[in-house]
Amino acid sequence: MITQIAFIGIALLTLAGAIGVVLARSVFVSALFLILSFVGVSGIYVLLEAPFLAGVQLLVYVGAVAVLIIFAVMLTRDMMSEETPFLNRQWGCGGVMAAVLFVLLLLIGFIADWPVSSAKPPEDTISALGEALMGKYVLPFEVASVFLLVALIGAIVVARER
Amino acid sequence: MDIPLSWYLTLAAGLFSIGLFGCLTRRNAIGILMGVELMLNAVNINLVAFGRYITPEAVAGQVFAVFVITLAAAEAAVGLALIISIYRTYDSIDMEDINLLKW
Repeated sequence: MITQIAFIGIALLTLAGAIGVVLARSVFVSALFLILSFVGVSGIYVLLEAPFLAGVQLLVYVGAVAVLIIFAVMLTRDMMSEETPFLNRQWGCGGVMAAVLFVLLLLIGFIADWPVSSAKPPEDTISALGEALMGKYVLPFEVASVFLLVALIGAIVVARER
Repeated sequence: MDIPLSWYLTLAAGLFSIGLFGCLTRRNAIGILMGVELMLNAVNINLVAFGRYITPEAVAGQVFAVFVITLAAAEAAVGLALIISIYRTYDSIDMEDINLLKW
């Protein structure tokens, strides 16, 4: 019962943050709402018994991605004056598309007969995750590290002043 | 397990749709990038929820979520670098002005 109340609270927080992101006029306010949404998703991971992911979510998203976005907001002057709309002309069409997609996803989620298992997750999820990353998934893990290096160099090259 | 799986799917569907709306309609390029981040978060919730409810004894869902977080971080870094580069060239990050590749 208490977990259900916690879930509803965290879910509403997350969705409210997300709506704030898309509907805030100023990009800076959007970025702050984005942080709220990220923290909410971290709470969802806690409810899903994924403590490592909850920590990573806070570190990577709130700590790194959000700060990066705020830096980009600071480096680019916001061109939107009070008169110009902050949404483009397709907002009606885009809203209908998003609503249709939401209804379709809900239909799939509720109609499909998911084979929900009642088995218990491993006692120590973090060490199981570490063993999986270093054992079965070691190749994608290494590829991901090379990928991060490529992205790092690429970002520096692209953003460098010529 | 007193929260049904469909609750998580509903939350993820809502988050994804809101992110898609932001991605399709914001005029500021940074706003579009934030929409993409919201969609990636929704996907992560789905991955972890399916992993927890359908194969709880394996951690495959969480492993995939870790990779998605890695990709999202790299995407944010490169995307923001591109936006700063575009800003230097055009002195604007309004997506209505950026049409070099349009025709």
